[in-house]
Amino acid sequence: MSTKQYLFSGFGGQGILFAGKFIAYKGLIEDKQVSWLPSYGPEMRGGTASCSVIVSDEPVGSPIVTYPDVLVAMNLPSLDRFESKVAPGGVIFLDSSLIERKVERTDVTAFYIPATKLAGENGFPTLANMIIVGKILKELGEYNDEGLKAALAKVISAKHADMMEVNRKAIDLGASL
Amino acid sequence: MIVYDKPHALLDVPLHYCPGCLHGVVHKLVAEVIDELGIEGKTIGIAPVGCSVMAYDYFACDMIEAAHGRAPAVATGVKRADPTKVVFTYQGDGDLASIGMAETVHAAARNENITVIFINNAIYGMTGGQMAPTSLVGQVTQTSPYGRDPKLCGYPIRVCELLSELEGPEYLERVTVNSIPHIRAAKKAIKKAFMNQIEGKGFSLIEVVSSCPTNWGMTPQNALKWIEEKMLPYYPLGVYKDRSNGEVKK
Amino acid sequence: MADKVLMKGNEAIAEAAIKAGCRHYFGYPITPQTEVAAYMAKRMPKIGGTFLQAESEIAAINMVYGVASAGLRVMTSSSSPGISLKGEGISYLAGADLPALVVNVQRGGPGLGGIQPSQSDYFQSTRGGGHGDYHMIVLAPSSVQEMAELTVKAFELADKYRMTAMVLADGTMGQMMEPVSLDFDVTPPPEKPWATTGTEMKRKHNIVNSLSLVPEELEKLNIARFERYEQVKQNETRYEEYMMDDAEIAIAAFGIAARVSKNAVNEARKRGVKVGLIRPITLWPFPEAPFKKAAEHVKQIISVELNMGQMIEDVRLASECKVPVTLCNRVGGMIPSPEQVLDAILKASK
Repeated sequence: MSTKQYLFSGFGGQGILFAGKFIAYKGLIEDKQVSWLPSYGPEMRGGTASCSVIVSDEPVGSPIVTYPDVLVAMNLPSLDRFESKVAPGGVIFLDSSLIERKVERTDVTAFYIPATKLAGENGFPTLANMIIVGKILKELGEYNDEGLKAALAKVISAKHADMMEVNRKAIDLGASL
Repeated sequence: MIVYDKPHALLDVPLHYCPGCLHGVVHKLVAEVIDELGIEGKTIGIAPVGCSVMAYDYFACDMIEAAHGRAPAVATGVKRADPTKVVFTYQGDGDLASIGMAETVHAAARNENITVIFINNAIYGMTGGQMAPTSLVGQVTQTSPYGRDPKLCGYPIRVCELLSELEGPEYLERVTVNSIPHIRAAKKAIKKAFMNQIEGKGFSLIEVVSSCPTNWGMTPQNALKWIEEKMLPYYPLGVYKDRSNGEVKK
Repeated sequence: MADKVLMKGNEAIAEAAIKAGCRHYFGYPITPQTEVAAYMAKRMPKIGGTFLQAESEIAAINMVYGVASAGLRVMTSSSSPGISLKGEGISYLAGADLPALVVNVQRGGPGLGGIQPSQSDYFQSTRGGGHGDYHMIVLAPSSVQEMAELTVKAFELADKYRMTAMVLADGTMGQMMEPVSLDFDVTPPPEKPWATTGTEMKRKHNIVNSLSLVPEELEKLNIARFERYEQVKQNETRYEEYMMDDAEIAIAAFGIAARVSKNAVNEARKRGVKVGLIRPITLWPFPEAPFKKAAEHVKQIISVELNMGQMIEDVRLASECKVPVTLCNRVGGMIPSPEQVLDAILKASK
């Protein structure tokens, strides 16, 4: 598998861009070619947010992900908008505590993760995004301790070192599902 | 015995100004101050667009010609590039108070450590006598042929008063050069404006109420009288702000 | 890849500028370039530099003019509407032969337009943008790494030729993150005996000026400037060719359009279509040679652009109209998809 295209989407404030950044950094640490491209502008303020992440063995061409291999949908508008775009054989990870409907496509695999609910119950209500990241890593066979640690160290500044542990907890919770 | 000598900071070249124009007087005052403070070698002057656009040919210090109204922004760049240098702008009313008002106000608000020499002669001289932001009510110009009508184009702007409302500027004074005593007082003010900069105090602006005999359509002598009778009542002389002794004139 | 970090294109420009010795930045907030200013605001005070948020883009470019007059490396950045405001100052920089860097992270226009990526300032940047006969050196990065490298190059070229250099990016380039290495060599600025740094009473006064009222003299200045531009054309034209050797169809694209086009070229090649890509890196001077050469062996050139067809005019001129040049484009903040470009290639191959 030489190239994986991710599309992360949800409401602004759900940590969509952060989750994408984490995946990009993990790729970088594992010597892959990566790109990360956010949606930007007023929609970042509480509207829909999305970001394209590409992790590849080859130089990345267009950084824009139109037909994702992996779609993360953390709200219903995102699923509505992007479900039809997922590449055949692709994977959809969705937050089932915020999206009531099921994926309609039959040529893709869907994982329903009650991420927001679990995040609240476990005392890290802002880390639903990282629960989903944990699940992605597990399902794609990319969960490894070393890469995880290194990528977390990159996306969390030294000033907020205390956040490292709780992010790790969220990822591990996702991976255990 | 030498009774009079041209200041060193003013080059010995013919000036292009009209007969009776007061730019020459103010140039000389600035040059004398530069001489007296011994700062010619580290002074950079900024010329505007307007009659004094070619001031860069007259001053012996390094000179920059700026776009219309932008001299305070250019001066900001020069000063920030090397704060040990002395930087002054020399601007007219159209340049400073019309197209460049934003640059003027913000340089003052930042208390940018520069010296601004502002020539207010209530008219656009270089382009042939159009209405300026400081043209008086009723003043006839090429673009106010029936006299400046405030209903149509508002009232003349008093720059010192306007800027004195700002927290930023260090020193604001209005002077004129229509008589020997006034010229002496003007020089004192200009010197203070340069001293303030050297002492790191910040933005100093000296507004010089001046004349334009050519475009006012007057003899030079009548123009000097017109300053006294028409300009000064609307533009009173004095210090409008002097932070060093807490003085804010209202 | 341990030395590489993920950076936004806008941040890469800012850090590269600092690496290039730029210690003075003036700007005004506008999307999608604001990260350049934000980065500078954080960094400059810590390294003894100047970050100043100017009252307007007009003021910012004139502050640049001041620092450039003093002989130091200096920059400003903005996005399309802000660049229009800087047009006056850029013309004055050209008229006074001052080196400076202007970054344009383009968004859709005209007018206030939108904030999504665009390449619709191609004409503005390559033809001058402000009034008068002049050019800027225009560099068009197509990766975050190039955002950094071409920023350094821009400072060097600006100093070498006493010109304003522009890095012409777009919203995608500014906002995207890619691994970037900032480990590169920087040529320090040359001596600038013309700078207004004070005479120290040791020399005649220097004058930085663009006014010249005697037409015979102004003509000479213009001609001399264009002789310098000719040197730039000869020495500094840059481009990348991709799979052009046996190409029967050529794509012309820069910046983000080139990234998208590369995907389409790869896909078309898989289907047996002989297509290649010519990517201008300098938009001015425009790389004429590869297009002239391509016109000898391709049957069509497709210009892929995020505008209504601007670079296409230069492609036609460079290929001397020997082969048809067609346009494949999106505008208003939209980006052509690889599929759209592929369709255009397949259509041309028939």
